[in-house]
Amino acid sequence: MKASAFDYARATSIDDALRLLATHGRAARVLAGGQSLMPAMNLRLMSPDIVVDIGGLSELKGIAVRESTLHIGALTRHSDLLRSPEITTHAPLLAAAVAHVAHPAIRNRGTIGGSLAHADPAAELPACMLALDATVIARGSRGERRVAASDFFTGIFETVLAVDELLVAVEVPIARKNSAHFFHEFARRHGDYAIAGLAARAVVESGHFSELRLAYFALGDRAVLANAAGKLVNVAVTPALVRETSAALAEELDPHEDQQASSAMRLHLARVLLTRAITALLGRPELAGAAP
Amino acid sequence: MTAPMPLTLRVNGERVDADVLPRTNLADFLREHLQLTGTHVGCEHGVCGACTVRVNDEIVRACLMLAVQAHGTSVQTIEGLSDSGEIVDLQEAFRARNALQCGYCTPGMLMAAQDLLKQRIAPSREEIRGHLSGNYCRCTGYHAIVDAIEATADARRRSAR
Repeated sequence: MKASAFDYARATSIDDALRLLATHGRAARVLAGGQSLMPAMNLRLMSPDIVVDIGGLSELKGIAVRESTLHIGALTRHSDLLRSPEITTHAPLLAAAVAHVAHPAIRNRGTIGGSLAHADPAAELPACMLALDATVIARGSRGERRVAASDFFTGIFETVLAVDELLVAVEVPIARKNSAHFFHEFARRHGDYAIAGLAARAVVESGHFSELRLAYFALGDRAVLANAAGKLVNVAVTPALVRETSAALAEELDPHEDQQASSAMRLHLARVLLTRAITALLGRPELAGAAP
Repeated sequence: MTAPMPLTLRVNGERVDADVLPRTNLADFLREHLQLTGTHVGCEHGVCGACTVRVNDEIVRACLMLAVQAHGTSVQTIEGLSDSGEIVDLQEAFRARNALQCGYCTPGMLMAAQDLLKQRIAPSREEIRGHLSGNYCRCTGYHAIVDAIEATADARRRSAR
C-alpha cells in the first residue's frame, strides 16, 4: 500500500525539530532513517499528519570516544556501527548485533536513534543498550535529560520520550579489561525479526563472572534484563548452577505467543541462549549440556 | 504542505527538477514521474528488495524512502547501471545461468549483487546469500543467482590479473 497524505517538514536544526514537535504534538512523527516508520506508514498502521524529517541534522551523526564512554549520535546508521573501528574496539557487542539487523540496503538507512525510539520488542539494539548499561540522551524544549536504558523502554513501541522530545544520542560505557560479549538470535531467515534473542555482556575474572548482564529480546513487550544472571556472579559456575539459573528464567520471562512460536517454545529458546552464552563467555564447552 | 514540494536531485547522472507530494516514495517517483520502470515495486514495506536502488552510491529500499528525502542526492537505478555497462558481465551471467525467470526481482538482485561485488573481490557463497538475504525471488530457488554472482566475481578477478 501507499502512505496516506501528510505534511512534511525538513528540520533545519535540533531546536527547529523541537519547535515542530511541540507545535504538532501527537500528530507529528519524527523521520530519521525511516526503516520502521515508512513500512508502518505504507501499511497505514501509522498515519501522521506531519512528518518531521531530522535526517539532515549533521549534529546528530557520528561516533566519538569521550573519556570512558562512547558517544553515539542518534542518526548514526546501522552500517556506520558495523564499519566503525571505535565500535569494534569499545562496544563489540553492537557490531555483532547489527549484523543481524535486517539487510544491507536497510542498514544503510536505519539509525540507532530511530531503532531505540521505535522500541520494537523484537529489535536488537534496545537489548544491546540494556546489556551495555547505556544512557539515552533526550532533548526537549526544557533542556536535556539522561535516562538509563533500563528505564527508557516502557512497552511495545513505548518509551519514556515525551511527544516534544527528541532522542539525540546514546552513551555507552566502553568495554573494560576482561570484558566479553555474546550475541545470538533465532530467526526464520537471516535478517528477519528474531523469534528469541539474547545480548549479553560480562566481565570475566579468574574464570568466573564478576559482572553479567543478560538482555533478552522478542520475549515480551520490551527487551528485558534477566535478574537470574545475578546467580552466576562471583561464584564458581557449575552445571547445577546453570540448571538452576535456567529454571529461574521462567519466573521473570513471560513470552508472548504468535504465529512464529508458542510461549513455551520461546522460553525454551531463552534457556538455550542462556546456556550458549555462559558456555561461550566462560570458554567452557563442557557446560553446554548442563541445561537446554 | 500536503501540496507538492520542489525536489532537485541527480538520477543516473542527469539533473532532475520536479514537484512531488510528500507521500510519494522514491520508487513511485522514479517509475511514475521519470518512467524509470526498471525499479520494481513488490511488497512496499521493505521486505522483498525489488525496489533496490543506489542513493549516493549505497543501496537502499526505494519504497522506504520518500522522494523528498532524496533531495540533493545522486540516485542510480537499474537503467543507469545497464546503460553505463557497469554490470554487463553480471547481466550476461544471470542470462547464461537462468538466474531469472519472471524477472520481477532481477533489477533488485542485480543492484544488491553489484553492491557486494564492489565491496568483496572473492565473496563466499555464504556471503553472497547473506548480502542477498533481503531480496526475494519466487522463481529460481536462488542457486542459479548465487552461481551467476560467484561466476562474475571469478571472471572479474581473472580479468583484473
